[in-house]
Amino acid sequence: MTTAVAVAEERHSYLDAPYGIAAWLLTKDHKRIAMLYLISITVFFAVGGLFAAGVRLELLTPKGDFVTPDVYNKLFTLHGIVMIFFFLIPSIPATLGNFLIPIMCGTKDLAFPRINLLSWYLYVIGGLLAVGVIAGGGVDTGWTFYTPYSTTASTTNVALTGMAAFIAGFSSILTGFNFIVTVHRMRAPGLTWFRLPLFVWAHYATSLVMILGTPVIAITLTLMMAERTLGLAVFDPKIGGDPVLFQHLFWFYSHPAVYIMILPGMGVISEMVAAVSRKQVFGYSFVAFSSLAIAILGFLVWGHHLFVSSQSIYAGMVFSIITMLVAVPSAVKTFNWAATMYKGSVTWESPTYWVIGFMGLFLIGGLTGLFLATLGLDIHLTDTYFVVAHFHYIMVGGAIMAFLGGIHFWWPKMTGKMYPDAMGKVTAILVFVGFNLTFFPQFVLGYMGMPRRYHSYPEEWQVLNVLSTAGAGVLGLGYTLTFCYLVWSLFKGKTAPANPWGAKGLEWETSSPPPTFNFDADPVVTEPAYNYKPAQEVHVG
Amino acid sequence: MQTPIPLFPPNASSVATEMDLLYLFIVAVCGFFTILVTAMVVYFAIKYKRRHPDDVGEDIHGSLALELTWTIIPFILSLVMFVWGASLFYRLAKPPADAMDIFVVGKQWMWKVQHPEGVREINELHVPAGRNVRITLGSEDVLHDYSIPAFRVKMDAVPGKWTTMWFKATVPGVYHIFCAEYCGTKHSGMIGQVTVMTPQDYEIWLSGGRSSGSAVENGERLFAELACITCHKTDSSGRGPTLIGIFGSKVPLADGREVTADENYLRESIMDSQAKVVKGYQPIMPAFQGRVSEEHLLQLVAYIKTLKKK
Repeated sequence: MTTAVAVAEERHSYLDAPYGIAAWLLTKDHKRIAMLYLISITVFFAVGGLFAAGVRLELLTPKGDFVTPDVYNKLFTLHGIVMIFFFLIPSIPATLGNFLIPIMCGTKDLAFPRINLLSWYLYVIGGLLAVGVIAGGGVDTGWTFYTPYSTTASTTNVALTGMAAFIAGFSSILTGFNFIVTVHRMRAPGLTWFRLPLFVWAHYATSLVMILGTPVIAITLTLMMAERTLGLAVFDPKIGGDPVLFQHLFWFYSHPAVYIMILPGMGVISEMVAAVSRKQVFGYSFVAFSSLAIAILGFLVWGHHLFVSSQSIYAGMVFSIITMLVAVPSAVKTFNWAATMYKGSVTWESPTYWVIGFMGLFLIGGLTGLFLATLGLDIHLTDTYFVVAHFHYIMVGGAIMAFLGGIHFWWPKMTGKMYPDAMGKVTAILVFVGFNLTFFPQFVLGYMGMPRRYHSYPEEWQVLNVLSTAGAGVLGLGYTLTFCYLVWSLFKGKTAPANPWGAKGLEWETSSPPPTFNFDADPVVTEPAYNYKPAQEVHVG
Repeated sequence: MQTPIPLFPPNASSVATEMDLLYLFIVAVCGFFTILVTAMVVYFAIKYKRRHPDDVGEDIHGSLALELTWTIIPFILSLVMFVWGASLFYRLAKPPADAMDIFVVGKQWMWKVQHPEGVREINELHVPAGRNVRITLGSEDVLHDYSIPAFRVKMDAVPGKWTTMWFKATVPGVYHIFCAEYCGTKHSGMIGQVTVMTPQDYEIWLSGGRSSGSAVENGERLFAELACITCHKTDSSGRGPTLIGIFGSKVPLADGREVTADENYLRESIMDSQAKVVKGYQPIMPAFQGRVSEEHLLQLVAYIKTLKKK
């Protein structure tokens, strides 16, 4: 390759001209929008992490002696709201999904580039309102906004917080809508549904949840705000409402929202496990359809949050058994990932560490869901630290491990730079160890009966809480280091080749970073995904 | 078994052992799968480590037999968990008929307890060992949850209705009570202790408590004070239906429905009297929402439940 050609290639990368703030803030390029999202969610991740640090520091000692009860209640509430609505929900879809889906579909951009930009602005407006809530003294309802506390008793910025989540929700709806249309209408010639990367399948399933579920939380938050500010009687029993109705409406979205967080992560892992093993994903169609099965079943399990809420016991039984069914497609995926490595050619570069870390944590997170789905046992476990540990294993152990794994895997593609591979391994191990040290003791605390959202606790639980806080320190160090060397690599990292991992997929066929319209020539797809050993196209199942 | 850090709360109720066994069963199943998958992944990563930069994996696409195996086995195991869990849940949802009653009202941020004999406690609960105890839970303000880990039971206290839970304490001792549903500033201060006593000690404790009349006596007094008695007479001559024998009976409503007069129906008919008007009567009763506390309501209903046909 001559120098002249290299310079010519560099000139039309999406990161190059047009330069300037305005060119970025008014961009319609899905890759630039993905980077805008990446920067903004990183800010919120840091903010949410600081709130978590406050919570863990308070719990270092049994007495409530670090902050006042009201401050503590605001810390865990803001931690939840910021992490869920402003980090986890947009994390993988709005960054990696935004960046990769058009490329994986072999097209120039998403179906509606302006709507894509609009979704980022809505996210930013929602985010600024959330910052306003923080600056204005916070909110103390818990991220769940349970009524009648949120509508009658709390004296904090509940309505403004509801509005922030409401607006951010629309950004999520628009992203989902854009993905669905793109996948249906804009696939490259030859790219049939069953040749799509599993990342695209997972995002398709996620998008269905986003556009069907998010309007319900918007309605629920609107009703909550209307009761709080206008006295509209919906949830407050003193004026004829039903507080449990709120829980039904809230979880009708918020349980599927868990799948908005984890399904894209499953898509990331499916890509990565194939690439690090250089092998076809085992049981492609089972992995693809298990994403859809999880998305659909996810809408039918909300009542498992209400087993002790005075919901009918027979409803409880129906919700319990459907929840058990969700375990099946999750198990199918896990076994298929493990089987993909069988007789593969497994690299020991840093992405593998993140993949294996994800599998370990997701496995524990998924399996501990069975304890909570089991009706009788849930009576003892619900509202305790067992629940806290379980959902952190899914949402931090699973979703964030997959997010960071995906960032490590596609960083060369997104930025054109390589990070030090050894650092990627060190932080994967730090995050894995720190995570387990933080959250595994919480399973034990939960079985002992320690309730959630407690500012102080009996002395006999201090040892486990100290372990947990120590783990949070290690975890924080892991995340901070990751941030540092990734930023360092932008300036000092080696230039990335087009395909540093020797992986299959349209994104690895274009340059790193890709040109503004992704491909120099419109791609035509002639083979199945992950076709490492060219052979006939086979569908199992 | 002694561990350096305790892994189980005290075992002090009739369901605790079964709850722990169910837990350990799921721990065993999940532990097996965690080890199995971890071992597979680690073994494959080592065994099939890439030897040469250009190596690729074998051309394997899948196996229907394996897919069916790891679909069906987890499905069956999860059904076992469901059936065992549902059976325990059902038993915990149905208080035995011989259970003694205790009323508990949650209020930001305390637990107010009324024994039917009239003894009251705050943030404490005294119960006899070996007897079934049914707790009727109410809330004065927001959601709370009455959680006793040593008994492995908990239940939400939901404003606007009553919920129930039951247990049979087995081992005398003192155990934690927590509020497990977030309720505001002093949520983690809404705690207390349950003292399990031998039946003899419990009788002595009850007789020594400062009693301000039994729940039924207080209810009867309220029934007169609130002028319920002017319309709800002992015969059918009143402007409201007679309440003699009402508890547990089928009541025809003005809109054609029929309901069973349980505690929550009686509660609702007092607080929101227009919600379910009895057939043949005018909707003239005032709503007592905001005029009667949860504790008084519990006393009123305790009294109404004693009104039997002679």
